[in-house]
Parts: sequence; structure tokens; C-alpha cells
Amino acid sequence: MGAQLRVYKRRIRSVTATKKITKAMEMIAASRVVKAQRKVAASTPYAQELTRAVTAVGTGSNTKHPLTTEADNPTRAAVLLLTSDRGLAGAFNSNAIKAAEQLTARLEREGRQVDTYIVGRRGVAHYNFRERKIAESWTGFTDEPSYADAKQVAAPLIEAIEKETADGGVDELHIVYTEFVSMMTQTAIDSRLLPLRLDEVAAETAPKGEILPLYDFEPSAEDVLDALLPRYVESRIYNALLQSAASKHAATRRAMKSATDNAGELINTLSRLANAARQAEITQEISEIVGGASALADATAGSDR
Amino acid sequence: MAAELHVELVAADRKVWSGEATLVVARTTSGDIGVMPGHQPLLGVLESGPVTIRTSEGATVIAAVHGGFISFADDKLSLLAEIAELSDEIDVQRAERALERAKAAADASAERRADVRLRAVTAVR
Repeated sequence: MGAQLRVYKRRIRSVTATKKITKAMEMIAASRVVKAQRKVAASTPYAQELTRAVTAVGTGSNTKHPLTTEADNPTRAAVLLLTSDRGLAGAFNSNAIKAAEQLTARLEREGRQVDTYIVGRRGVAHYNFRERKIAESWTGFTDEPSYADAKQVAAPLIEAIEKETADGGVDELHIVYTEFVSMMTQTAIDSRLLPLRLDEVAAETAPKGEILPLYDFEPSAEDVLDALLPRYVESRIYNALLQSAASKHAATRRAMKSATDNAGELINTLSRLANAARQAEITQEISEIVGGASALADATAGSDR
Repeated sequence: MAAELHVELVAADRKVWSGEATLVVARTTSGDIGVMPGHQPLLGVLESGPVTIRTSEGATVIAAVHGGFISFADDKLSLLAEIAELSDEIDVQRAERALERAKAAADASAERRADVRLRAVTAVR
């Protein structure tokens, strides 16, 4: 076998091995997307009921609560960025990070100091590499977040928003995550969690102009709101974590699918080249034999005479 | 008269139970409350404790609920809890072990959780 042909054969072998790996990763990601989607669906009833309840208290009473009232001139804001622990997901993490950076720039232009909270190793690595300050970070659960994880993330954020701004608290809480639109589309979005825009929340729950009944609050509207809002934030963060996980798996699936496709194409090209090299080798051998034979024939014909 | 109310018991990550009922008893921060069809719209904070649901078939469903809310309007009752388990889902031995462990570690909240679970199981029998 010629040197050229051997090189092609070796490359084909290596690309085939890579293709097997990416194919396996694609299938794993595909099954995880379905699982993650199911978790999103399972968490929906709780989130819906909770949103309804928050709206009911917010609109049904004149309660003023630090979590629903906007500060006159907000000076500090917290941004929670959700990324994944692992890469191999195309532009998933860089899109989320880019959205967070845009939001941070906008808030800073508006004269707010921004504290960044990050979930996922990728985001942490990005910020550490650029030596930017991270207020707090969590890693290790982005593939399959549980409600306990969401609580863990929410706790310091709620604490920060309840503190006075002068003592290191924040006035606003923004969240940046990747929304799972469909298998093919995931978009990085940012939204303001707190202070709550009750009219917006109300529009979400009752689009048909449904009138909420006048509730009796047990023990009192303030206490109910006190207990409700942290749960509301937790459930929103939980939902964002789940959507982000589903999006990550979908992005991985797509990235791995195109890697598999590219590997297949590469194998095709390489086998064509290998075939051509083999054919060239054979042709050369034949012409060598023919040339040799005719030279021999010429030589014997000459000696005869 | 269809004196029934629709109950949805949802935990943070799943729907635990849903169906028609004639009476629901739950513990709010200001005491036990019983809700029957036609009750005034209500929104309350729940304490850790067992929730009793009397279904329209006459059966009784008991669930251990750890923190959450009760909301009732238009004969629709929702019980929202971070953690909720039906009594037949509870592993008694595990809860007993957890109770002992919590007592030994003097962990009040874990002790209450385990205690609520056990009470929910014993209430059925």
C-alpha cells in the first residue's frame, strides 16, 4: 500500500470513531431534551397557581411590599445568569452570556451598579477569565435542576433584595436564561423578576379579562404576600433553570447532529480521495509492468538479430 | 345540588392529586380550616401538616404538606406546596428513621417534617 493511501485510510478510521462518539452524544441529548421538557410541563401547574395567587393579592389589596414597589431611583441591580456546566452545545452559552452582558451594559448606562450571580461552570469560567466580579455562583446541577437547587439559588437573591440598598442590598432583580421555544429554537432572554410588575403578571394569567374574586386573606394580606413572593421568585427561577436545561440539551443535540453530518461528509470525501489514490497506484503499477515488459521485448528482439 | 369542589394539590415539581371533593381540611398559620363548596374566596398560608380531602365518592385522601398556600375561588380549590406527599406514598420506616435522626441532631424543621409524614400515615389507619 502506498504512503498516500495509508494516510487516507488512517484519517477515515479516526473520523469514523469521532462520528460514532458525536452520534452517541446526539442521541443522549435527544432523550434528555424530552425528559427536561416533561419536567418543565410538570412544574407548570404550580407556577400557574402561584402566579394567580400573587396577582390576586397584588390586585385585590392595597398592600405595599418591598418586593412589589419600585425604588424611586434604583442604584443597584442583581443579574442572575443561567449557563450550563458543560459545553459542546454550539452557541448556547455564549448567547446567554452575551445577553447578560448587554443587560449589564444597559443597566450601567442607566446608572445602576450591577451584581452578577451565575449558575453553571461555563459562565463562571467566562467571568473569571476576564477577572470580573461574581457576587455568587452555583455549579453542578444545570443538567437536571431540582426544586431544592432553585431554592438554594433564590435564597441569597431574596435576601439581597430585602436588604436596604445602603447595606449592600439591591433594588432590582433581573434574570437571563435561555427560553425553550421549540426543539429548533432557543432564545436567550432577560426579564425583570423583581420588583414585580403586577399588571404584567396579571396579563399573563388572565388574558380574557377575567375578574379575580375578592379574597379573604388568612391571616392577613401582608402575611400572605410575605410568604407568597419568595415562593414566587423560587418558582420562577426553577422554571428558568428547567427551560435552560432543556434548551442546553436541544442545543447539544443540534451541535452534535451537525458534527455527525460533517463527519459523514468528511468520510465520503476522504474515501473518494483514497479510491483515487488506490486507482493511481494501480495505474502506475500497470504502466510500470507494461513498460518493463516492452523494454524486455525490445531487448530480446535486439539480441536475436 | 352538586355540592362539590374541584381540588388540585400541586407540589413544586408535579401535580400530586386532583379531583372532586366535598370537604377539605388544612392547617393555616392561624389554625385549622375546613373548606366546603360555596366557601368565601380564600387565600391562606399553610403550616406543615396533614391535609384531609374527603372525595365525592366518600373516600378520604390524606397528604402531608410542608409549607405552601391554600387558595379557593369559584368552587375551585388549589393547594400549593413546595413538598407534598400522599399518605400512601410515604415510606413509614424511612420517616421514622428520619424522625429519630432529627431528634438526635436537634433539627427542629426536619423533626416536624418527619412528624407530619407519620401523622398523615397514621390518620388513614
